Amino acid sequence: MSTASAALDARESELEQQRSAEISQWGLIWRRFARNRLSVWAAWVLVAMYVVAALAPFLAPYNADRIDTNHSFAPPSTVRVIGGRLAVCALEQDLDPFLLKWRYSDNCSQARPIEFFVRGDPYGVLGITTFNVHLFGVTAGLPMKGAPAPQVRATPTPTSSSTATSDPLAAFRIQQSAAVAPIDKVTNAPRIFLAGADQQGRDVFSRILEGSRVSLTVGLVGVLLSLTIGSIMGATSGYVGGTWDDVIQRLIEVIRSVPTLPLWAAIAAALPRTTTIVQRYFLITLVLSLVGWTSLARELRGKVMAYRALDYIAAARLAGSSHLRIILSHMLPNAASHIIVVATLAVPYSILGETTLSFLGLGMLPPAVSWGVLLKDAQQLDSILIHPWMLLPALPVIVTVAAYFLLGDGLRDAVDPYSS
Amino acid sequence: MIFVVALVSVLGFILIELPPGSALDTKIAQMRQSGGEISQEQIKALEDLYGLRDPIHVKYTKWITRAVTGDFGQSFTMDMPVGALIWSRLAFSIGLAVFSLLISWGISIPLGVYSATHRHTIPDYVIQVLQFLGVAIPQFLFALVLLVFSASVLNQEVGTLFSREFQNAPWSAAKLLDFLSHVWIPVVVLIAGGTASLTRIMRANLLDVLGQQYVQTARSKGLHETRVIWRHAVRNALHPLVMALGTTLPTLISGEVVISIVLNLPTTGPLYIRALIQKDMYLGVTFLLMLSLLLIIGNLFADLLLAWVDPRVRLDES
Repeated sequence: MSTASAALDARESELEQQRSAEISQWGLIWRRFARNRLSVWAAWVLVAMYVVAALAPFLAPYNADRIDTNHSFAPPSTVRVIGGRLAVCALEQDLDPFLLKWRYSDNCSQARPIEFFVRGDPYGVLGITTFNVHLFGVTAGLPMKGAPAPQVRATPTPTSSSTATSDPLAAFRIQQSAAVAPIDKVTNAPRIFLAGADQQGRDVFSRILEGSRVSLTVGLVGVLLSLTIGSIMGATSGYVGGTWDDVIQRLIEVIRSVPTLPLWAAIAAALPRTTTIVQRYFLITLVLSLVGWTSLARELRGKVMAYRALDYIAAARLAGSSHLRIILSHMLPNAASHIIVVATLAVPYSILGETTLSFLGLGMLPPAVSWGVLLKDAQQLDSILIHPWMLLPALPVIVTVAAYFLLGDGLRDAVDPYSS
Repeated sequence: MIFVVALVSVLGFILIELPPGSALDTKIAQMRQSGGEISQEQIKALEDLYGLRDPIHVKYTKWITRAVTGDFGQSFTMDMPVGALIWSRLAFSIGLAVFSLLISWGISIPLGVYSATHRHTIPDYVIQVLQFLGVAIPQFLFALVLLVFSASVLNQEVGTLFSREFQNAPWSAAKLLDFLSHVWIPVVVLIAGGTASLTRIMRANLLDVLGQQYVQTARSKGLHETRVIWRHAVRNALHPLVMALGTTLPTLISGEVVISIVLNLPTTGPLYIRALIQKDMYLGVTFLLMLSLLLIIGNLFADLLLAWVDPRVRLDES
């Protein structure tokens, strides 16, 4: 009886061992990573952002580059609940007689509901076909019922009929009372600006979404490129050693002894300025990776040099493996987890690099849209003071960079078998 | 080290020389616009005079042989010798970087120690969140926000280092105060970035060290906890911080370049970027070289410092 149960126990613990032995190195890494809640959240945030970037033209209510001079610097629309539905009030503009700028106010007697899956600006899908359905938008049609009475707009100076005749600004007062309500020429409806409009009346929200496509991928592609260069340089210099190693190490030393941003700026300034957006995009990724590969190459070199002395490499060598095979199938997979961590932590720096370069006018150039290009419009202090929403493109930059750092931190802890 | 500097000068020269056209083209275009007619022969003569059609190695040899004697050539766009243009600006950049570095160290060491010794407490989380923000917020953006704050809330005159009345005044206590009231923005931005990364490193290192057995030994000897941490643990956690100088310094220099463009400070940044865009090559390449030199000297200093704090990395004295 007891022997039988003991045998059963032994069998069970054996099974247990087998089960736990079945977990691969990657499985263990995944387990450790999943325990780090913050990093998992960061990963989900990033996934969401890339989905948004992929669907940008559909999620954005307007095309990013549609100019509408009638809405220059229109403030962010307030989304209201009117009659149980989400709605925006119509925008009215009049001229500020002192600043000679458009002044905007809401006219809620002309409120329109926010509708979903509305037709609007056409956009291409994968270059195959064009769609014009947007997730949300405002359509023409009758003003909403149950809308509140028109808001009384505050005029800067109260006018009475007696002074009006001698008032040199009387003409503007008339203009004010006859404020025009510009409408969208395409949809024939009031416009919705979730993040306001820029100087040319382009919707900042749509531009942020559109800009995410460049900003989120430029760092990734740049890091992939530096990963490729860094892996080749690092692995070969560690494996071959000798003169080749010396040459590469000196090269890395030279590149790293130039401060990153000035170097990026110098390379970016050397690029031709009359290129298509796509060419410019790849040139910028090249600029970012020409500097970025050095750190990865150093790390990998160290790893490869350590592996080179190990028995299993000697065994592979004796078994007749070629050098290429040893590097590719014995050394790189071993360093893979390490490479992934270094790469993940390099992405945010790449993203910040693109943003900063574009902000300085050396990265992506208009008409391309990226977060840095958008922030370039916020360079003028007077402009931000009057139109603070121009700083909104900074928000996704901060969120993305922070999320990548958190993700990279979590991954680093996960691949380190000694972390607690 | 001299070898690296020489290579950097070659690399920088090639880079800046790479884009087609020169500052002369810009000048000629300007002259034409204002009505002057310049014949093709005159342009050719000018190009010969400035040696613009020499092959690149000839240009480089000409420039470097005079550069080693301290003559970095003439700035095309500013009509001044490059040397005269950059020294005051470079001095200010260095001052800003070094000052910010020292303050960052001063803040991040105690902060990192606190964060590591009070793990999983609310102050630790606050410090960690702040440090993430410090790394994640682009520095130009932070500078911009502070600029808006100082202009709209503090009603300061921004975009200069001195108020109008002190612009040309001799140094005095009032001028110094005025200077400080303007210089705080770049200093705060630089410190924020530096402190964020250094605190992170300090915290991680100390956590590593605190897990080691000699710390346990020190505790079991009955030493006071403060003494265990500051005398035994922190001293050994400092080395990576010194080594991080090599990565902190380029960040500070890069940050300084960007911030001074946003804030329009009379430092290297705005002039350097303008030189790049206008192809003012001697000015551009000299800046690049000087910034690199700063970095190389900084790294050398870090190595010496490391040898001083950590006897293990010293080469055998025998």
